[in-house]
Amino acid sequence: MSQSAVSGVGGEERDDFTRDESSQLRTRSLRLLGSLLRPERSRLLVSLVVVVISTAAQVAGPALIAYGIDSGLPALLANDWMPLAFAGVAYLLAGIVGAVLISWFTVLTARVSQSILLDLRKRVFVQTQKLSLEFHETYTSGRIISRQTSDLDSIRELLDSGINQLVQGLLYMLFIGIALFALDWASGVILVISLVPLLVLTRWFQLRSQKMFRLTRVASAKLIVKFVETMTGIRAVQAFRTEKSNDTEFGELTEDYRSANARVIRLFGIFDPGLVLIGNVAVAIVLLVGAFRVVDGHIAVGVLLAAVLYTRRFFDPMEEMAMFYNSYQSAAAALEKISGVLEEQPSVPDPVKPVDLWASSGAVDFDAVEFSYQNGRVVLPRFTLNIPAGQTIALVGSTGAGKSTLAKLISRFYDPTEGRLTLDGIDLRDLHPKDLRRAIVMVTQEAYLFSGTVADNIAIGKPGASIDEIIAASKAVGAHTFIESLPNGYETDVNKRGGRVSAGQRQLISFARAFLADPAVLILDEATASLDIPSERLVQDALQTLLADRTAVIIAHRLSTVAIADRVLVMEHGRIIEDGTPADLIAGTGRFAQLHASWRQSLV
Amino acid sequence: MPASQGQSTFRTLSRLYVYAKPAMPRIYLAMVVSLTASIVSLVIPQVLAVLIDGPLADGDSSQIWPVVLVVLALGVLEAVLIALRRVLVLTPGTHIEARMRDGLYTHLQDLPVAFHDRWPSGQLLSRAISDLNLIRRWISFGIVIMVVNIVTIFIGFAVLISINWVLGLIFLVASIPVLAYSYVFEGRYSEAARRSQDQVGDLATAVEESVHGIRVLKAFGRGTFALKKFERQAEKLRGTEIEKAKAVASIWLWLLLIPDVAFAVCLVIGVWLASTGQTSVGELVAFFATGTVLLFPVESMGYFLAMTFDAKTATARFFDVLDSVNTITDPENPARIPNPRGQLTFDDVHFRYQDAPDRYSDLLNGIDLVIEPGETMALVGLTGSGKTTLTALTTRLYDVNSGAVKLDGVDIRTLTRNDLRTNIAMAFEDATLFSATVRENVVLGRPVATDADVAEAIEIAQAGFVYELPDGLNTRVGEEGLSLSGGQRQRLALARAIAAKPKVLVLDDPLSALDVDTEALVEAALRRILASTTALIVAHRPSTVALADRVALLEAGRVTAVGTHAELLATNDHYRFVISSFEEEVPA
Repeated sequence: MSQSAVSGVGGEERDDFTRDESSQLRTRSLRLLGSLLRPERSRLLVSLVVVVISTAAQVAGPALIAYGIDSGLPALLANDWMPLAFAGVAYLLAGIVGAVLISWFTVLTARVSQSILLDLRKRVFVQTQKLSLEFHETYTSGRIISRQTSDLDSIRELLDSGINQLVQGLLYMLFIGIALFALDWASGVILVISLVPLLVLTRWFQLRSQKMFRLTRVASAKLIVKFVETMTGIRAVQAFRTEKSNDTEFGELTEDYRSANARVIRLFGIFDPGLVLIGNVAVAIVLLVGAFRVVDGHIAVGVLLAAVLYTRRFFDPMEEMAMFYNSYQSAAAALEKISGVLEEQPSVPDPVKPVDLWASSGAVDFDAVEFSYQNGRVVLPRFTLNIPAGQTIALVGSTGAGKSTLAKLISRFYDPTEGRLTLDGIDLRDLHPKDLRRAIVMVTQEAYLFSGTVADNIAIGKPGASIDEIIAASKAVGAHTFIESLPNGYETDVNKRGGRVSAGQRQLISFARAFLADPAVLILDEATASLDIPSERLVQDALQTLLADRTAVIIAHRLSTVAIADRVLVMEHGRIIEDGTPADLIAGTGRFAQLHASWRQSLV
Repeated sequence: MPASQGQSTFRTLSRLYVYAKPAMPRIYLAMVVSLTASIVSLVIPQVLAVLIDGPLADGDSSQIWPVVLVVLALGVLEAVLIALRRVLVLTPGTHIEARMRDGLYTHLQDLPVAFHDRWPSGQLLSRAISDLNLIRRWISFGIVIMVVNIVTIFIGFAVLISINWVLGLIFLVASIPVLAYSYVFEGRYSEAARRSQDQVGDLATAVEESVHGIRVLKAFGRGTFALKKFERQAEKLRGTEIEKAKAVASIWLWLLLIPDVAFAVCLVIGVWLASTGQTSVGELVAFFATGTVLLFPVESMGYFLAMTFDAKTATARFFDVLDSVNTITDPENPARIPNPRGQLTFDDVHFRYQDAPDRYSDLLNGIDLVIEPGETMALVGLTGSGKTTLTALTTRLYDVNSGAVKLDGVDIRTLTRNDLRTNIAMAFEDATLFSATVRENVVLGRPVATDADVAEAIEIAQAGFVYELPDGLNTRVGEEGLSLSGGQRQRLALARAIAAKPKVLVLDDPLSALDVDTEALVEAALRRILASTTALIVAHRPSTVALADRVALLEAGRVTAVGTHAELLATNDHYRFVISSFEEEVPA
């Protein structure tokens, strides 16, 4: 999928990155993060100011208590209420300001993080749509889904609580450090010394946990793929009694995920108490040193109290910051993967300078086109083919002859490896996507229905179509009768019946969709395979009128389609071996004449 | 989706007990350990008071060392206890999560297809992953710390009152609004939490559809259309999340404000009390140090309350699925068919989908049909006439509303599903392949199949292309076999049904995606096994019908005619309408 081992989605499931690869992954994650944060600059700035003030207000507490005891008490003994009243009112104000601002900060960060998530969700979604079919055929839908669900979840967690905790925690520690130095430098020094074991412990944790977090992401992605696959294929699962073996397999995946999680958690089991230990030892030392100095008369009792309170509080946010590291790690792993998906270059990119084509006549020309897969296997050797506007072409040949590939080239699901493919003389690669999609529509055998009503599904062909237009399209392709018989007619939610709209009915709906889209070039890839004969007959009739003034390429195994074609192309091993009118070819002795004869026999 | 609303938080969460039971002793122990740790942290300020009122007041520095050592010892003890708590609950917590996840998965696999028709897999996925993660964190962390915090707060209040009852009382009275507000918070928050989790599920469904339907979206250039829908849902979710944040912000406000107000009042009154000699400086220090220890438990209550309500909705959502009653189950005393011959009988079978409106008659309205052992019966009818539904009844993917489907004269509802599905194998029109090797996909219904069996099945289904795949039979076919064409998938699904070597083969239009040549080859090969196997084949084409000994015509919910292809063609107008190609309409 990509050249370098870790560019794009390459190497996603590995956990043995070299130093270079790791740093490459990190840079690309950071770049993504930066681009996500940039639009939120002003809000971030406001929240930074808010959190600085609120944290300062919170940190003021112990100093005010110390002042109240050391200055207020002696003054009060001298009947002077002022210092005490000052301490009380200041404490109250600091409390109110702190609380109000922190509560504001909570909403503010939620807004920031939700905007970022929305942005990221959209980006992944847009990218998924942009990436070519080739990508989707190798990168399974389960993986895309886990990028959008569990990976985004970990980023949400980081943004929701993680960053809050980090910023608040860091400021809190910083302000406490400053306050402590201002109150009593000796206690401040002890605090700084305690930072050494703190950093050692944190670094150790950082190194150990990085790998493990990546493992949990891989394990959860596998779990999700298995889960989704079972649920979407439940009919086959039950009919072939694979519940037991699925249980075993899923059980193993759950266990992998569980043990990966447990290992991460055990690491925290060492880190977290380690923090408490360092904090408590620091408190004891501050107390020891402070107590001697109180006895010596160097500092007051209130100052000692404040120093002890500050030291204790200094380590409070550490636990939360460890949690930050937790969410940071999973979010970083998630970001690595998401940035990988976003980094993938669509092999069918949108044109840089799109050429408009307001009205298309529908002339399609293959000019010395060759198509091969990325591994170099040639699927369609070089060929030239001109399809004049308005011509209906039947594409015939056995499975694997390259018919679908040819159709996918016209609808630009793939781009030719060599040569060029034009619509009305414009290279498809330069054509504005909106014009391309309006001019060329492809209906495939897999008629997918989206959640929503039947009418919604047909309207995909032409957003904003009136219900009359939708009904007219359905009538034209013979879908009207069965749609009317659904519980709520056109308003029936296919989600509730989705599993039960038969394959033939789904094809009729997707035909109506294409009919409504009214393209200049219509490509039908086995689009009638599941229809019953009367329906197919109706569709054929509809096609007669529908295709009268437009270009069409029809791939069908049932040669009844040939009846409405102006021209037949017979393909074999990627080459067009016969080309002519149906009558000429049937009269001849070639491959098509054989096919047609055997097809006629199959009819009775 | 049924929402078990109105259930109290406690009632809902207590249902987790079944899963948490094996871990309960350790959870209780963790609470005790954790509580001890909290008490230790409450004792440290008392030691401080002793230090200040004793050695410091007397200027006796010789007493400082022992007191500080006590503080140090208590500090170390606290750390050890915290480590112990983690060891006790965190690993069991992951086991609870895994057990619940496996349980959910097993239950979902057991639930009938009708359930899965109603529930998009995105909704199921969000329950299996994020909801269970949340529940695990709540059980192994949330509930333990919250209980301990509440107890700590009560003990702390007692300690505060014992240090100085006036100051303690002020602190206590100030806390009452917090409790009152917690109730308001619960209503506001849990409603939004539930909504948010449902919206997350909807969003997951939207993502899934946009990926599975990528071909349609691309073919019509409707990426923007899908994006708009997705955006609307994502924005709705954002709104809900901000609503949640506002609720959290409001409880935070109270939780932060009240201790601060209480501290300010206590500071003024405390110093005044000390000035009049009603309390000592040491007591004052102890009071504030204790109050500081209590700050974290009080402030964190908002977090833990939110977590608890999140866990409640997650639990409710989990049990929404788990409580779904399985209507298709194995009988208590299953019948057995010792030597199955493969006679399939439909005896006055009625079936309608649950949500079908009353104005319609049953989709299958009294089906009577007997397929004799070894016979091949084609099922013919218009699109939507219920052919696929009829085939689904044979393996109890759905159950009949009345009447019975019988295998060798035995009502299939009296057999175990496993027995039934061993005897009857199906190939579906939309062929599902699983992320596994080709071989694994083929032997799905009979894992013990030999290599020869596999080769034979592949040969009959004309799926020889698999040998040309990069790793041959060991090639992993992608999720849902996306990298194979429709025709290739269909042939593998057919090979799968054949490899299962059933007594009865049920094929739902198994050749629709094949070209004429391949279809002819498959048919020729199929004849060999159909000679000895009972088969029910849904057919759209005369060529498929040609495989059958007899044909049943499905019309308006009934089988209106049974006979050979030639007989029906000669005698039945509707049959001619359904099966004959338009070229045949004009008699040659």
